Amino acid sequence: MTPSYQQPTARGYYGEFGGAFVPEMLYPNVEELRTQYLEIMADPDFQIEQQQLLRDYVGRPTPLFEAKRLSAKYGTRIYLKREDLCHTGAHKINNTVGQILLAQRLGKTRIIAETGAGQHGVATATVCALMGLPCVVYMGATDIERQAPNVARMRLLGAEVRAVTSGSQTLKDATNEAIRDWIANPVDTHYIIGSVVGPHPYPDLVARLQAVISEEMRKQLLVKTGSELPQFVVACVGGGSNAAGAFYHFLDEPSVRLIAVEAAGRGINSGHSAATSVLGTPGIIHGSRTLLMQDEHGQITEPYSLSAGLDYPGIGPLHAYLGAVGRSEFIAITDDDALAAVSECSRLEGIIPALETAHALAALGQLGAGPDDVVVVNLSGRGDKDLDTYLKNMDKLT
Amino acid sequence: MNNRIANAFASKHNLLNTYFTAGYPSLHDTIPLAQALVEAGADILEIGMPFSDPLADGPVIQGSSTVALANGMNLPVLFKQLQGLRAAVADTPVLLMGYLNPVMQFGAEEFCRQAAAVGVDGLILPDLPLDEYEETYQPIFKKYGLKAVFLITPQTSEERIRRLDSLSEAFLYLVSGPGTTGGTTPTDAPAQQEYFNRIAALNLHNPRLIGFGIADKAGFDRACEHAEGAIIGSALIQALKDVDDAPAAAARFVRGIKS
Repeated sequence: MTPSYQQPTARGYYGEFGGAFVPEMLYPNVEELRTQYLEIMADPDFQIEQQQLLRDYVGRPTPLFEAKRLSAKYGTRIYLKREDLCHTGAHKINNTVGQILLAQRLGKTRIIAETGAGQHGVATATVCALMGLPCVVYMGATDIERQAPNVARMRLLGAEVRAVTSGSQTLKDATNEAIRDWIANPVDTHYIIGSVVGPHPYPDLVARLQAVISEEMRKQLLVKTGSELPQFVVACVGGGSNAAGAFYHFLDEPSVRLIAVEAAGRGINSGHSAATSVLGTPGIIHGSRTLLMQDEHGQITEPYSLSAGLDYPGIGPLHAYLGAVGRSEFIAITDDDALAAVSECSRLEGIIPALETAHALAALGQLGAGPDDVVVVNLSGRGDKDLDTYLKNMDKLT
Repeated sequence: MNNRIANAFASKHNLLNTYFTAGYPSLHDTIPLAQALVEAGADILEIGMPFSDPLADGPVIQGSSTVALANGMNLPVLFKQLQGLRAAVADTPVLLMGYLNPVMQFGAEEFCRQAAAVGVDGLILPDLPLDEYEETYQPIFKKYGLKAVFLITPQTSEERIRRLDSLSEAFLYLVSGPGTTGGTTPTDAPAQQEYFNRIAALNLHNPRLIGFGIADKAGFDRACEHAEGAIIGSALIQALKDVDDAPAAAARFVRGIKS
């Protein structure tokens, strides 16, 4: 039997990465989810409702678009998986639709979430509005500043956005605060984590809910290129949810090169970076053993990226494992190169990408892809939320 | 073998276990605070090893951890300070409490070796999963004579409580209600009462100490009606904030509880 990268062990390990390092206060919540998520997700009623929502509410399947002008520029065949066309503007809603249905079946009556760029917060607030459940979103005060439009959207959708002022006031700290909320509300609350991070079963749960991206890619590639398998799949990685979804159904296809693009910030060795695969070492963050950025004493250090969605000091344990065994390859892209890619994609294809997504686009020149190769970039989100950042950096966008 | 924890529970009632963060409010307060707490009547000490991301802690202990780290506290510094521990606290049981990641980075075996060498009696690592404990950590703890303390919450099942009881050789840490450290006293007093009574009726072999949200003498006295004693952390740390003489403030705090 060929080994599968898709299924962690019963205790949630991908190789040496994963697990559930949670204090006793969280154990019953995590255990309840662990023992029930697979059964609930396999239930036909769940699947019918999930598929209806993904089709009629989210707008799936999202198109696979042949980007001819980008292809001409890079001398290869580039396709964009248009997750930016999902309702709310990013792939994040694939996960929140699934998790809200799961929460309902677990009998939960209150939803909490963390958010960095605000896309996951918006996607959570959206499904909570749809289902009539109260929603609290934790967001770092720094991120509230730089992602104001998404804060307004969450509030308009009826969610309470709580500013987190501990630590660097970004995604890591928002996640800490959401976990503390869950500790204080163990019975009625479901925590919708937005990425393939956290204690088992979250990395597997979120990867499964995002796997629809690569499931659709295979069908669409077959129609458009005559083969289900491209030569490259490229996605940005903060925690790694869009990459997990884009890679999922290609994990066991060794001919497909999986390219995970991290945020180098101002440069990997600048002291202002979020390139965890290079700067990280094994340790525990948010209940998971994975690669994380830390000092010699095991204190988690503050990452930096202009992009709020990639500004996270760890990566999901699946990605740590894929990197360690050589199944995926990491590329790090600086703020400036990502901004240049925003401009390039906007002008060549008429698509303004999210700053996170732009990191994946900026890697196109480093792939070494040939003229007959098919490259799929997961266009994980649209750039509307980043207009303020883009306006402030117009000199780098031209 | 001299089991300071067992001796304390055998010889005393209504034990006060005080938690403070190493390196707070000043880097070198660790030993003077330990000494002052014991001299004022604390029966057990928990010394917190500060961590950047303390998930189980409320704002007060988070804040003290941030200050302690900024002061330069880390495990090598702490173990150096703790060489003066036994001279300062005599036979009072001492536990180190903290998160797993700094311990992992230090090296679990080396951590236990140094802890035992300076006279630490036990460890509380809230995010160490039981499976990992049994497979990897328990043999190391045993080798160095360190006792493990586990937490129990109102949601912990009886089956799991019995497993924790069987793995523990010190005391069980009863978390008073849902929330992080320093959480306010639960409003649902009958439910809390039911929880304490339920645990008491299990006839566990370990003694129990109640913690989280116990802030004053009244709270301490109430907890002692349901357990062998109680743990106070956040309220003590709050009492050390912005004082000129932290050991004196700590002593005053303990005398206020034990009077």
